[in-house]
Amino acid sequence: MASREYQGQTVEVDAEGFLEDSSQWTRDIARGIAEEVGIGELNEKHWQVIEFCRKDAEAKGDAPGLRRISKLSGVNMKELYKLFPKGPGKLAARVSGLKKPHSCI
Amino acid sequence: MKHLVVIGGGTAGTLVANQLIDRLPADWALTVLDPEPTHLYQPGLLFLPFGAQDEARMVRPREKTFKRGILWLREGVEEIDTAGRRIILSHQEPIPYDLLVLATGSRICPEETEGLLGQAWQKSIFDFYTLEGAQKLRAALKDFEGGRLVVNVVEMPIKCPVAPLEFLFLADAYFTRRGIRDRVELVYATPLDGAFTKPVASHLLGSMLEEKGIRVESEFNAGSVDGEAKVLQSWDERKIPFDLLVTVPTHKGAHFIEAAGLGDELAFVATEPATLKAKEHDNVFVLGDATDLPSSKAGSVAHFQGSVVTENLLRAIHGRSLTEGFDGHSNCFIESGFGKAMLIDFNYDVEPLPGKFPWPVVGPMQLLKETRLNHWGKLAFRWVYWNALLPGRSLPISHRMSMAGKYKPEFVLP
Ligand SMILES: Cc1cc2nc3c(=O)[nH]c(=O)nc-3n(C[C@H](O)[C@H](O)[C@H](O)COP(=O)(O)OP(=O)(O)OC[C@H]3O[C@@H](n4cnc5c(N)ncnc54)[C@H](O)[C@@H]3O)c2cc1C
Repeated sequence: MASREYQGQTVEVDAEGFLEDSSQWTRDIARGIAEEVGIGELNEKHWQVIEFCRKDAEAKGDAPGLRRISKLSGVNMKELYKLFPKGPGKLAARVSGLKKPHSCI
Repeated sequence: MKHLVVIGGGTAGTLVANQLIDRLPADWALTVLDPEPTHLYQPGLLFLPFGAQDEARMVRPREKTFKRGILWLREGVEEIDTAGRRIILSHQEPIPYDLLVLATGSRICPEETEGLLGQAWQKSIFDFYTLEGAQKLRAALKDFEGGRLVVNVVEMPIKCPVAPLEFLFLADAYFTRRGIRDRVELVYATPLDGAFTKPVASHLLGSMLEEKGIRVESEFNAGSVDGEAKVLQSWDERKIPFDLLVTVPTHKGAHFIEAAGLGDELAFVATEPATLKAKEHDNVFVLGDATDLPSSKAGSVAHFQGSVVTENLLRAIHGRSLTEGFDGHSNCFIESGFGKAMLIDFNYDVEPLPGKFPWPVVGPMQLLKETRLNHWGKLAFRWVYWNALLPGRSLPISHRMSMAGKYKPEFVLP
């Protein structure tokens, strides 16, 4: 298992960089991951998605897949691809401190 | 009389019904609901586009697939009233149930992708996940004299996640045989970040694609298709022009699951991973492609799940606690062209690894390796399917995955 440091805080991550323990997540860690994966500065829309993902994962036990995010977060598919380029499902989960969504497995 | 009702008489529903019928207490009746008059052996669909003509051996009248004592009603389910424990049918009066099995599989939904069902559908755009699609594609491939053939998986999950890769391997062999391989460009556009969902297999399959000159466009999430201009476009606006598009469209569960709120966004039923009970209902069990589980949507998985669901239905009937027997075991052959195939075996936690199967040292099957024997195994699967799997007989493979005979490869993953 690897560990990474974001903004002075050390966290355990899996082979693909997803947080092992989602309770360690903080907004600063989200900013750090966003930087690392090339998303850059997080704007209001990003946070809307992240908050949805964390709430949904808490209720359901798993990170929401892309289709679910686009249906329920209030941010549509096209925008999601602008906010989290290439793999919004995976990236949104990673920035939100969640495990890789099942739909990506 | 108490009622056990199985909705869906495909691979999963049929094998569970056949396993159960001899073990049910005398005061229980078993009914299977399925509107389709024939049972289709879906793995055979892979070979039709490349000239196979064995449709006759791929379908059987459904009534011949059930053991005596099972009542099959040729009826589609419109709605389930879980509070009233009633099933609302298309034609007849509603029927009551005490225990319910959902085995309604998955269906392809090309209408989910903008432009897929336009003018070009079944002219330059085809699927091979339906009998009609595979047959039409066979005709189109026969007339194909060169150009770019693109295989696209629209989104995960799909049933038989290796089928698109097998299609490409077989296409490579097919065009080579016809002497026009140098005039055909093969492209695989997938939403995954590699050839397959699990690292070791993905690495090996990725190198096989490369060796065969098949280009992979990874993390490609198809957003729309322009049939007239023959261009496939992703949500992030990458464009792939094609001459022939073979699509594996979005998969969803049955309509009534969506309507009853039993499922997720794709109408797959929320299922407990080890007991296979529906998360929301104590008297409903789910197996096969209909679940929302991360195990592969494959016939072999339906078989492994079948043993667990059969056991748990009997336990539910006798008021005993459920077994957490399912570990996500999947096992499938991957046809790789030129008379060879590979075999992979994995579960929720352990990815496909190389080794011998089903017995250490002697095999005789080799895991994650192309061999002729594996190819014969794949072809023999049809016999096994009709004669052992569907009738609910036990096979020499445990429903729980085994590590015996497997090893971790030494190559370093990128
Ligand atoms: C091209 C292709 C290749 C494949 N290759 C392989 C392979 O090599 N190995 C392997 O293990 N698997 C393979 N599979 C996958 C395998 O066929 C499926 O995973 C398996 O059939 C799933 O079984 P099931 O019972 O869940 O669904 P199905 O067998 O699809 O059965 C679902 C049944 O439910 C019925 N139904 C649906 N809605 C309703 C309703 N509202 N009311 C009543 N009944 C309903 C349908 O009519 C159908 O008969 C392949 C699939 C395809 C398409």
